[in-house]
Amino acid sequence: MLARVADRIFWMSRQMERAENMARVLGVTSNLLLFGSKELQRQNLLAPLTITGTAERFFEHHEQLTLETLIDFLALDAKNPTSILCCLRWARENAHAVRWQITSEMWETLNGTWLEVRAIPRSRVTGAGATQFFDWVKDRSHMFRGVTYGTIVRGEAFNFSRLGTFLERADNTARLLDVKYHVLLPSVHDVGGALDYYQWAALLRSVSAFETYRTPYRDQVFPIKVAQLLLLERRMPRSLAACFDQVKEAMDRISGQSDQAAKRLAYELHARLTHADIDEIFQDGLHEYLTQCLEDIDVLGNRIQRAYLGTV
Amino acid sequence: MGRAHYDEMQAADGEVRAHFRVLAEWLAETPADRVAEKRREADLLFHRVGITFAVYGDEAGAERLIPFDTIPRVIPSSEWEELARGLRQRVAALNRFLHDIYHEQDILKAGVIPAEQVLTNDAYQVAMLGLELTNHVYAHIAGIDLIRHDDGKYYVLEDNLRTPSGVSYMLENRRMMMRLFPELFARQSVRPVEHYSALLLETLRAVAAPQVRDPVVVVLTPGQYNSAYFEHAFLAQQMGVELVEGPDLFVKDGFVHMRTTSGPQRVDVIYRRIDDAFLDPLAFRGDSLLGVPGLLSAYRAGNIALANAVGTGVADDKSTYPYVPDMIRFYLGEEPILHNVPTWQCRRPEECRQVLDQLGELVVKEVQGSGGYGMLVGPAASRAEIDAFRERIRANPANYIAQPTMSLSTCPTFVESGVAPRHVDLRPFVLSGKEIKLVPGGLTRVALKDGSLVVNSSQGGGTKDTWVAD
Repeated sequence: MLARVADRIFWMSRQMERAENMARVLGVTSNLLLFGSKELQRQNLLAPLTITGTAERFFEHHEQLTLETLIDFLALDAKNPTSILCCLRWARENAHAVRWQITSEMWETLNGTWLEVRAIPRSRVTGAGATQFFDWVKDRSHMFRGVTYGTIVRGEAFNFSRLGTFLERADNTARLLDVKYHVLLPSVHDVGGALDYYQWAALLRSVSAFETYRTPYRDQVFPIKVAQLLLLERRMPRSLAACFDQVKEAMDRISGQSDQAAKRLAYELHARLTHADIDEIFQDGLHEYLTQCLEDIDVLGNRIQRAYLGTV
Repeated sequence: MGRAHYDEMQAADGEVRAHFRVLAEWLAETPADRVAEKRREADLLFHRVGITFAVYGDEAGAERLIPFDTIPRVIPSSEWEELARGLRQRVAALNRFLHDIYHEQDILKAGVIPAEQVLTNDAYQVAMLGLELTNHVYAHIAGIDLIRHDDGKYYVLEDNLRTPSGVSYMLENRRMMMRLFPELFARQSVRPVEHYSALLLETLRAVAAPQVRDPVVVVLTPGQYNSAYFEHAFLAQQMGVELVEGPDLFVKDGFVHMRTTSGPQRVDVIYRRIDDAFLDPLAFRGDSLLGVPGLLSAYRAGNIALANAVGTGVADDKSTYPYVPDMIRFYLGEEPILHNVPTWQCRRPEECRQVLDQLGELVVKEVQGSGGYGMLVGPAASRAEIDAFRERIRANPANYIAQPTMSLSTCPTFVESGVAPRHVDLRPFVLSGKEIKLVPGGLTRVALKDGSLVVNSSQGGGTKDTWVAD
């Protein structure tokens, strides 16, 4: 497969996944604002900006950090490259460039999503309709993934699409956990109170893991269990371990010899997550661990780019 | 004007021509609402498949459908055979001309065409001098624009020898018609065009250097924002070859390779859909991001074949056009089968004066213009437009040619008010590899506005399926 085509497919999938994750983060953020002190609310509002590294950019354009301005910036701002709108646009642009190498259903899903989001008025997103909008974004992403999985030939296009999806998801889950770690974890072994419970529940919901967590632990919040679930529980499809199972699988199927550095790192990260111990992670510092993870994911992304996609 | 246009369906006395009879009957007996429903279906299908084109100057990525008219244009077989002979003859002579001007230059020495006009032409590529091309073919894919004048004869309006487009519409229009109105094809036997992609691939493979046993062919596109991107992708897919952009290719050790996920792969033939000037930033425009650095030297070394060849533009230039009949006589010793439109060259002072005197009656074109841009249709232009154009001609006479306003024949077409005659032209595609081949048919473009003679899709033209039938 042409390197450029693989690149487009990789990024098409990454951008769609990124849009979904942004919708998840914003959805949780609006829920979190219902509780807590002014300071806590501010921290919660700041979190999505921290995750995406766009705080500085935000304050260049907005004086007040409110839910409204935040959603404005991260959902529909055509000038903010990390906004949902931009992600959907780029996913569609990438698909457009390779629409002959993907299935028409994939193209139509992304094209339809773009045509729809472009027509959504601001008022439907920042007001009471926000939750509905975020759900819609998630739905479209689920649909795209399903359509991809259900229609595309199992070849390089499929491999690079999967690679993009799960590398992006791993990145997002790690960021999400890292930011909440700051907000919520003054002491590792604390068991949180009612307010903390809400905060953690929101985090779990944002990665569709709330029900999974509650079954064994009920309404008790053990930060270490939450971290265990999001990092190492490979049966939980948004955990880092599960993402790297998929990354490794995709890498296994990709052919070619020019890629040893990328494959080596992917397998290394996979092994590290497979054989990790949550107590050890907490002893050495969760934040330090996550920082390392994010750095590794970034390096892996660059190596994939260099090995297969023709650009750095 | 007041002249009677030639109508493709009806003779002057109103009688339906024999080859249109089946269609006329079908039109008469098919309820209007069924036809309207089918037209909506066609629109929907074209949108779904994504047969769109980008419009220059429009917001990036803006796409439109080229309007598709569901009434085909029918050409009787006997007439087509004559046309095809004329097209083969013309393209053969044009290729001989291209070989000649980059080698012995016999035609210039014989004084048939003024040497300075050819050698100083912007499209003349010195880099092509003495280069031996497989089969001596330069324009492997040619699109020849024809019109039928009110005298009932076909005239060549222009030769497109660089990167002619439109063939995907010829193919898609046929597919659409067969899908929408299968019963029509049962009533009349229409000669097929579907094998065009196979012929194209065969032609492209024949372009490769003779020692290459199983040539790898790619289609080179400027990218998704190009107005003909759909066609590039379509043809690549139909032929089962890679669609590449400049940055996908690189030259190493004198050979061209494409970057794939499993490493570099050798390429032997490039069907390039980008202009000469953008092909190689080292040889032509240095600011081109579309091309491949080093491509020209690989080409000159015979390590890569290009279709069409570099430097074909000098033969389809509007200032060369008037000489094509003489070329045919010179190289083939035959009388031209297809007619040329009488042409005044503004580069000649006395002809320029005549042109300026009767500007309101003429069609004036830029020598290098295409797509209907940079063109004056005198009878349809306002006083102010004519005056403005007069100044442009005075400022740079060599840049313009003028022709009498040719009347384009009309063909019944669906419009708001029902079925009405609209002006059409015809672009058949001629493939030259080891031999010259063409499929029976071409792209019929139709000016959808009442009275309009501009058929270009960028200016509101539509297309029709073209039937060669008995």
